[in-house]
Amino acid sequence: MNLQFLIQLLVNGLVVGTLYGVVAMSFVLIYKATQVVNFAQGELLLIGAWVCWALLTKYQVPFWVGMPLTLVFMFVFGIAIQIVILRPMIGEPIISVIMVTIGLSTVFQAVLKWIFGVNPQPFPPVFTSQSIHFLGLQIQTVYVMSLVVSVAMMIGMAWFFRASKYGLAMRATAFDQQVAQSLGISVKNVFAMAWAISAAVSAVAGVVVAVVNGVSSGLSAYGIKVFPAAILGGLDSIGGAVLGGIIIGLLENIAQYIDSEYLHWGNLYEIAPFYVLIIVLMIKPYGLFGTKDIERV
Amino acid sequence: MAGPSLIPSGDYRTSYAADTTIFPTKTSRNAAILGIVLICFAPQLLSAYALSVLIQIGIFAIAALGLNILVGFTGQISIGHAAFFLFGAFTSAYISNNFPIPVFFAIPLAGVATALVGLVFGVPAARLKGLYLVIATLAAQYILLDFFSRADWFSGGSVPASANPFSIFGYALRGDRQYFYVVLAYLLVSYLLVTNLMRTRDGRALVAIRDHYLSAEIMGINLTKYRTLSFGLAAFFAGIAGALYAHYQLVVSNEGFGIERSILFLAMVIIGGTGSIMGTLMGTAFVVLLPESMEWISAGLKGSAIDKALSLNNNITFLREIAIGLIIISFLMFEPDGLAHRWRQIKTYWKLYPFSH
Repeated sequence: MNLQFLIQLLVNGLVVGTLYGVVAMSFVLIYKATQVVNFAQGELLLIGAWVCWALLTKYQVPFWVGMPLTLVFMFVFGIAIQIVILRPMIGEPIISVIMVTIGLSTVFQAVLKWIFGVNPQPFPPVFTSQSIHFLGLQIQTVYVMSLVVSVAMMIGMAWFFRASKYGLAMRATAFDQQVAQSLGISVKNVFAMAWAISAAVSAVAGVVVAVVNGVSSGLSAYGIKVFPAAILGGLDSIGGAVLGGIIIGLLENIAQYIDSEYLHWGNLYEIAPFYVLIIVLMIKPYGLFGTKDIERV
Repeated sequence: MAGPSLIPSGDYRTSYAADTTIFPTKTSRNAAILGIVLICFAPQLLSAYALSVLIQIGIFAIAALGLNILVGFTGQISIGHAAFFLFGAFTSAYISNNFPIPVFFAIPLAGVATALVGLVFGVPAARLKGLYLVIATLAAQYILLDFFSRADWFSGGSVPASANPFSIFGYALRGDRQYFYVVLAYLLVSYLLVTNLMRTRDGRALVAIRDHYLSAEIMGINLTKYRTLSFGLAAFFAGIAGALYAHYQLVVSNEGFGIERSILFLAMVIIGGTGSIMGTLMGTAFVVLLPESMEWISAGLKGSAIDKALSLNNNITFLREIAIGLIIISFLMFEPDGLAHRWRQIKTYWKLYPFSH
C-alpha cells in the first residue's frame, strides 16, 4: 500500500475528471439542444488549444489577451460549423448526422496535423510558480487553476440554464422543438448558440489541458473519453455528464494505481473507462440521470 | 429509395417471384455473368500492382458489405469494424497455426468467432434504440485493440502474428495470382448470400426496422432479435474479410487498424450508397483507389507550383485524410444515396437516349 502515491493519483483523477466533466458537459449540451452526437468534440478542444498556442507563441500575445481571442474565435467557429455543415443535415436520419461529425473529426485532425505538425509542442508557461504545497502534497499550480476554471465553467453553465433568457430558450428547445418554435424561439439560433457555447467551453478545457501537458493531437482523446462519461451520467443530463466525468477521471487513476501496484498489465489506465462503458450499457443503459425513453404511439 | 421508379418503361411484374429476382432484366444478369468471367482473366492480364489493388478491393468489399447490412439495412452504426476485422484475422491465423484445421475451414470459423465477440459488445446496445450501438462499438474498438496488444498467446502481442498460406486439398495457393481466385470466390459467395438475405423475410424485417422501428415492432418484428442478428452478421463478414486478409498478407499486426480504419469502412458504405449491395463494391473501389490515385497525381505534379505550395511529399498523408473526411461529408450532404444512385441515373439516361426528357 502506497498511500502517498494513491492520494496523488486521486488528486490527479479529480483534476482530470473535472476536465472530462467540462468536455462531457459541452458534448451533452449539443446533444440535448440539437440531437446531434458530436464525434468531433475532442477536435474542438484541440482546435482551441492550437489556436491559443499559436496566438501565444507565434504572435507573442500575452495570455490574458490570447485566451479571450481564442474564445471569440471558437464561438464564431462553432456557429460556422453549425451553419455550413450541420444545418443542411437537419431532418436527415440520425445516423447520417453522426457520420457527418465523424467526417468532420477526420478533417479537423488532418488539417491540424498539416498546419501545426505532428510533434507535441510545449505551452508557454502561464504561471510563475510551478507548484504549491497543500496538506503535505505537492500540487502543481496549473492543476489548481484547472480545477478552479472547470468549477467556474460549471457554475456559469448552471446559471446560464437557470436564469438567462438564451438558456431558457435552449432548454425549451431541447424539451420540444415545435412547441418552442410556436412560442417564438428561433430554433435555428438556439442550434447555432449551442454549437458556439460548446466549442468555446471545449476550447477552455483544451487550453487548460495544453497548459498542463503541452499541445498534441493526443488531446482529442478527451473527445473519446466523453462517451464513457456521458453514458455513465445519462446522455441528456448536463449534471450527470459532470458527475460522470469526475467518476471516470477518478476511476482511470484508481485503475492506474491497481495496475501499477498489483496487476502489472500496463495500459489499464486507458482502457478501464471503456470496460465501464460496456458494463453501464448492460445494467443501467440510460445512465445515472438520463431520462428513460417512454414512447407513446 | 430511387430504385423502381427509375425503370423506364412501366412495371410489368405480375408475381412476387418476379418482384424479388436478383437481376431485374435478362441483360443485367448476362452482363453480371460476363463481368465475372472477364474478371477471371485478370491475373493473366494485369500487372502485379493492379492485381494487389484488386485483391484489396475484394477483401475490404466483404467487410464493407457486412457494415452495409448494419448501416444501410438496419440503420445502426458501428465504428469498431476495423477491430472486428482484425479479430477475424488473428483468429484465423491462431486456428490454423494451433489446430489441425486447414485454412479453408479456419476462415469461416474465424467469421463465427468474430460474430460471437461482436455480440458480446452488440447485445447490450441492441436492446436500446438510437445511437447506443455506436458508443458500444467505439468501446469495442479500444478494448479489442488493447487486448491484441497484450495477449501474446493469441496475437503475438507486440510481435506480428504469422498466418499460414491458403491451402485447399493439400494444394497451397501462393502469391497474388492464385490468391485472387480465393478472394473472388469469397466475394461472390458473400454478395450472393447478402443479396438473397434481402429477399427473405429476415432481410425485409431489417429494412422495416430501418424505415420505422415503431411500425416494424407493431407488425410483429422482434426488434432486439433483428438488431442483434444484423450486428452479428456485420461482425461475421468483418471476420471473414479479416481472415482473408491474414492469409493474404501472411502476417497480422495491430498496425493501421485504429479507429481511422473503422471510419474508412464507414466511408466505403456511405460513398457506395447505404443500403445498396452493388454500391458497396463501388464505394470500396473508390476508397481503395483514392489514396492510390492521389499518389499518382502527386507524382505527376512533382516539381510544379502546386507541389511547392502544398509540399505534397511531406503532406500527402494529411491530404489523403482530409480528402476522405471531405468526401464523407459531401456525399452525406449532396448525394446521400451514394455512387449506386449516380450509377442508376447514368443507366436511366442511356436507356432513354436520345429522348431522355
